[in-house]
Amino acid sequence: MGGGPAGMAAALAARAAGVQDILLLERDQHLGGILNQCIHPGFGLHHFKEELTGPEYADRFVRLLKEEQGIEVSLRSFVVKLTPGREISYFRPGALEEVRARAVILATGCRERTREMIQIPGSRPAGIYPAGLAQKMVNMEGWIPGREAVIVGSGDIGLIMARRMALEGVKVKGVVEIQKTSRGLVRNVVQCLEDFGIPLYFRHRISRIHGADRVEKVDVVRVDDNLKDIPGSGFEVPCDTVLVSVGLIPENELLEMAGGEIDRAANTPVAAGVNLTSVPGVFACGNACKVYDLVDWVTRDSALAGRMAAEYLEKK
Amino acid sequence: MKRVMTCIECPQGCRLEIEADGRRVLSVAGQKCKRGDKYARQEIEAPMRTLTTSVLTGGLELKMLPVRTSKPIPKEKLFETMAAVKRIVVSSPVKAGAVVATDFLGLGVDLVACRSIDKK
Repeated sequence: MGGGPAGMAAALAARAAGVQDILLLERDQHLGGILNQCIHPGFGLHHFKEELTGPEYADRFVRLLKEEQGIEVSLRSFVVKLTPGREISYFRPGALEEVRARAVILATGCRERTREMIQIPGSRPAGIYPAGLAQKMVNMEGWIPGREAVIVGSGDIGLIMARRMALEGVKVKGVVEIQKTSRGLVRNVVQCLEDFGIPLYFRHRISRIHGADRVEKVDVVRVDDNLKDIPGSGFEVPCDTVLVSVGLIPENELLEMAGGEIDRAANTPVAAGVNLTSVPGVFACGNACKVYDLVDWVTRDSALAGRMAAEYLEKK
Repeated sequence: MKRVMTCIECPQGCRLEIEADGRRVLSVAGQKCKRGDKYARQEIEAPMRTLTTSVLTGGLELKMLPVRTSKPIPKEKLFETMAAVKRIVVSSPVKAGAVVATDFLGLGVDLVACRSIDKK
């Protein structure tokens, strides 16, 4: 389930390990998952020994899948149910399909944490977007979300979007990070912020968002090592857009539906080892299993999940 | 003159210590692979970046086509290149790796499609 990097690697590896009949379900109209919107370079240095953009990395796997007769790819297919007996219900245009699998690999990826989850006070105007959504808007839909932006959180998505928006002519006024260091890669701090003269405010947070219909400004305040506001340190930043890049949540609702045990803090499967779940015959890989920082490792570990599923089927 | 910079060639992000005389590099230390040395010299002499962006399409299955420069371009040309990219509209199907514009802005680099795109 899921036709991003994890699902594609798992399907190909399971096939290579001898699994006869594989169905790959993808809700979008294309394979590739999040790679399709990650148009920046930096992918594949380990797996392909060259630097590719997200769409190029995805394309290599899409080509392999096209050549592979033993894998049926079903696009625009949204899984709505998974039972402990591995019965799957999914919608595709015009139909509700039901199939039973002898093994299931969940490669459902992540969704973004939102403004509500970090509780930024203030009004609820237009102009506040999760950074990954803004990435899809800019890179795939051709919509620029605003003219002057502030980014909350210095994870890789936030840093990449700072550069992307700057290149598109948006005035990026700063990245606000409550921690002392960036969660993103150092190279991204350098090539996404320093290259474009975008300030990075460590140990700061947005204390309020202002605006009636549209974001008008944000209040920023410095915090101490206990993350308490430092009185008198506040300043205002006029802007019409706030991008929120504050982490990812693995999507494991299907596993939960199938009775699988979930770690409530991380929303990841609880299991004896990597790629396993507590439900026999149900595996999990990629960002649904744990949040990765490099797709190369997603490919490596998801291929292992494909082989584990193949081994499970042989034993049965 | 001593300079410290972070290598951006790969996710390791090595901390490079460079001894330079103006734009002439005397020594580079701190890199874990040979790309670090090359990067440091290039960065001191003339910083280069690969540009990736999306161009508008017409009558194709996706609204935007992701593209990249075939080679890195001078860092100070990034905005000029973006302005030129914005004037391009791709209206016929292309394969991944196809050249969308040749010798872009006379920089000696092509603009290359990062994915295949079909008709609507």
